[in-house]
Parts: sequence; structure tokens; C-alpha cells
Amino acid sequence: MEQLLQQVGAGLANGAIYASLALALVMIFVSTNHINFAQGEMAMFSAYIAWQFMEWGLSFWLALPLVMALSFTTGVVIERTILRPLHGAPVLSVVVVFIGLLTIFHALAGGIWTYTIKAVPSPFPEVAFPGSGYIGSHQLGMIGVTVIVLIALFTFFRFTPLGLAMRAAAQNPASARLAGISVDWMLALGWGLAAAVGAVAGCMVAPAVYLEPNMMASILLYGFAGALVGGISSPGGAVAGGFIVGVLENLIAYLGNVVERTTGLYIVGNGEKLTVALVIVIAVLTLKPSGLFGHVTVERV
Amino acid sequence: MSLLEVTALKAYYGQTQVLHGVSFALEAGGITTLLGANGAGKTTTLRSICGMVATEGAIRLDGEPIAGRATEEIVRLGVGHVPEGRGTFTHLTVDENLRVSAYTRRDKAAARRDRDMVFEYFPILKARIGQQAGTLSGGEQQMLAISRALMLRPRLLLLDEPSFGLAPLIVEEIFRIMRRVNSEAKVSLLLVEQNAALALDLADHAYVLETGRVVMSGSAADVKRDEGVRKSYLGY
Repeated sequence: MEQLLQQVGAGLANGAIYASLALALVMIFVSTNHINFAQGEMAMFSAYIAWQFMEWGLSFWLALPLVMALSFTTGVVIERTILRPLHGAPVLSVVVVFIGLLTIFHALAGGIWTYTIKAVPSPFPEVAFPGSGYIGSHQLGMIGVTVIVLIALFTFFRFTPLGLAMRAAAQNPASARLAGISVDWMLALGWGLAAAVGAVAGCMVAPAVYLEPNMMASILLYGFAGALVGGISSPGGAVAGGFIVGVLENLIAYLGNVVERTTGLYIVGNGEKLTVALVIVIAVLTLKPSGLFGHVTVERV
Repeated sequence: MSLLEVTALKAYYGQTQVLHGVSFALEAGGITTLLGANGAGKTTTLRSICGMVATEGAIRLDGEPIAGRATEEIVRLGVGHVPEGRGTFTHLTVDENLRVSAYTRRDKAAARRDRDMVFEYFPILKARIGQQAGTLSGGEQQMLAISRALMLRPRLLLLDEPSFGLAPLIVEEIFRIMRRVNSEAKVSLLLVEQNAALALDLADHAYVLETGRVVMSGSAADVKRDEGVRKSYLGY
């Protein structure tokens, strides 16, 4: 029982990261119908910058907002300069650009900071708290920070005029233009916000997995799985999906261990976690393509 | 000076030319209608004014050239556009739909007054204020579309087939309100309608389009008396 709760705790912590990344993917998807494959590498790069700031003597909690602001700006600049000329271009061109961005950020990180893994200290103090047997303080901190970011984003989109304008621009660009909204700028802002959310995910996960250029590769896949499970068209669903995937991958590995211990039969274990995530993606795409919380888009032709 | 002056307007969808040199003008405070069969270029003319299609030729709003500008800029200069198909933000509430349209306005108190004004025009929208706009009936969505455009406090309102797919009683109500919008809120109207009889009753001036050219223009009363128009568009 204790082990089970530990697995759920760890799953929620991982899920928080997947949820952040899923949300970043969905934020760009709802307004452009594109999946930004470079989202993970951008987050990884942000984590490196945070690490660099800390090397220069800044505290984590000072570095984080700085990195978020930098990532936001970078996201806006990338949209305005690289993707802007591709508005209306075929999907494949955009995909190639995303893969290019992925490679560029990957190579830049390796070039600047080398491929040697770096340990990043957790910004959360190791203290005992009720339930600390089940979940580590960094894991709890990860969940806490993610939840704060998600609530802040929700508040922004739900209750501010700019958030409303961004939602309108994502939903119906033509009508948003007819309401006087600069849809192009809304897209760029969306990119900025996605990059900032990704930066938080990168900074939070780095202490848990060691910092290296490949850090986000599998996490992006999990995030993508989360987004699909929840519904790629639904930001709330993507967040829920991220947590679901996080908990599910741990539980399945745990159950696999239990089965192996009791029957000696090895079916799944920790090594197959990523496989499990991908099986979830395929299952969802097959059984419920719009995801658990997504809505089916009907296009009139 | 005319409020809107369109000179030798040509419009293209890709390689296909849809307008072949359309010219017309409309006076401030008036109601003008564009008539014509399907494919004559009525909708394209409205879309051209709002910078939604590639065009050649001059479009002036109060003497200011607006051709080639971004849609959102033209809208902010005071051109409201109720598009074909209504353009509702279906996943936003009625309230949010109205607030989106007031987003670019600086004077929030005036925007609140305009909100009261559209609720006075269309009380049903006030009753539906928290409802998702996609769940409204067709008539209510058309009312919302007009209200959204009015929230921009336009000088000129472009209406693309406001009667399309609606029950006659609803159409009557909407046209009654359009007349009030024109006379009370001092908004000039440019109306595209399939229902020519209805349009000519409301308008004071009319242009008839045929395959991308203006083939006739005059006061609504004159156009209505024209035998060709009567046969082609009024059906008697």
C-alpha cells in the first residue's frame, strides 16, 4: 500500500511536468493546428539558461522569473520572424521548421554547455512534512509550482480582456479580425506563453532528471500523450491528460512489478514506461480521437 | 464627401478575378443596398472593403485610402462587418462575444452604454447572456452578430445577408432594428441581400451587380420600379 501511494505521488509529480508541456503544446495547437515538436527542446534550453544564471550566483527563485521572461520573448520572436512568413504554408513546411528548431536548440545547448550531464540542486528544502514518506519535497514542489502556473494561466485566459481576445483569435481568426483584434500578435503571444510554461517545466524537471540536452526528449512524448489523452483541442483536458499519463505509467509499471513478484511472469516494468505512454496514445487515437475532454471539430465544406 | 467611395475595384481569389472594376459611393447616414444574383460579387465587395481579399483599385473611407490595409486596422477605423454565416464565436458566451468586440475600445464607459443599447435592441440577448453562443438559435445568432458589430461603434456597418435562413418574423424584427440603428445610432449601412424586395424597402440607394460589374444604380425607389430589376430580382 505504501509503495502504491509512493508510485501515485511520483506519478503526480511527473504528471505535473507532462501537464505543463501538454498545455504548452495545446496553446499553440488551438490557434494554429500545429504541434510544436521543438517545445521540449525549447524548455530544455530554458533550463540550461536557468542553470547558467544559478552558476553566476543567482538564486533559483530569481532565475526562474528571468528565464520565463526570456523564454516568453524568445517564443514571441520565433513566431514573428520564423513562423510569420509561413502563415498559410503547407503543414509539412511548418513541420520541417519545427524539426529545424528542435535541432538548433539541441545543438546550441550541446555547443554552449557540452553534452556532459549536470546535477541541478532542487530549489525546495528537504524538510519533513505530513506524508513525506510518500512523496519527496522536490516532487511536491514540482506539483505546487505547476498548479500555481496553471491557475495563473487559467485566470489570465478566463478573466482578462487580453486572454479573452486570445481565445477569440484562436477560435475564429476571421471574426477576431473583424472585431479589430490583431490575430497575428495573439499568435505570437501564444507562442511566448507556451515557451514560458515550457520553461517552468524544464526548470522543475531538471533537478529530478539531471540537466542534459536530451533531457526533454521523452518528456515531450509523455506531454504529447497527455495532450492527446485529454484532448488536443482542450487546454483543461491536456492538463488532466498530463496528470493521467503520469500516474498511469507509474501504476502500470508498479502493477507489472507486483505481477512479476507474485507469479514470476514479467510483462511490464520500469523499462517499458515509454512504451506504455505510446500505447496510450495509439489507443486514444483509435478509440476516441478527440480525447477524453476534447470536442470533435466539424468542418463544413 | 462620401463616407465610402469605391473606385474601379477589382478583386481576386487566387487566379480567379471576381470583381471587374466596381465603383460606387455611399453617403454618410444613408442605407445603401447591393443587389445581384448568386456569384455577382456582392459578398466579395463587402470582403474587399474590409481587406479580406486581394484587391486592386481605390477604397476610401471619409477620404482616407483603406485599400491594402489589414482587416483589423480597417475595422478600428469604424467599419463594422456582419459576415456571411454570422461569424459567431460559438464556444464563447454571449457576454464574451460582446466583450471581444469592445476589446479595442479605449472608452470603456461608452462601450458599456453601447452594450445597454444592443440589449435594448435585442432583449433576448440579455436573457441569454451567460449562454454559449453556439447554442443560440439562428435568429439569435444573427442578432448577436449585429450586436457584436455595433459594439465597435462603427460609422459604417456592412451587412451580408442578414435575412439568410431566418423565419420571416425574425427577419422583420431584424430589419426594424436596422432602421433604428441607422436613424438613432447614426450608423450608415451597406446591405447585401438576396431578398431584394426587403432590401429595397429599407434602403434609400441601390446598386445592382452582375458578374462583378455595377450594371445599374439609383435611388431605391427608382431601382424598384425598373422592369429588369423587377423581373430578375423581385419576381413579379
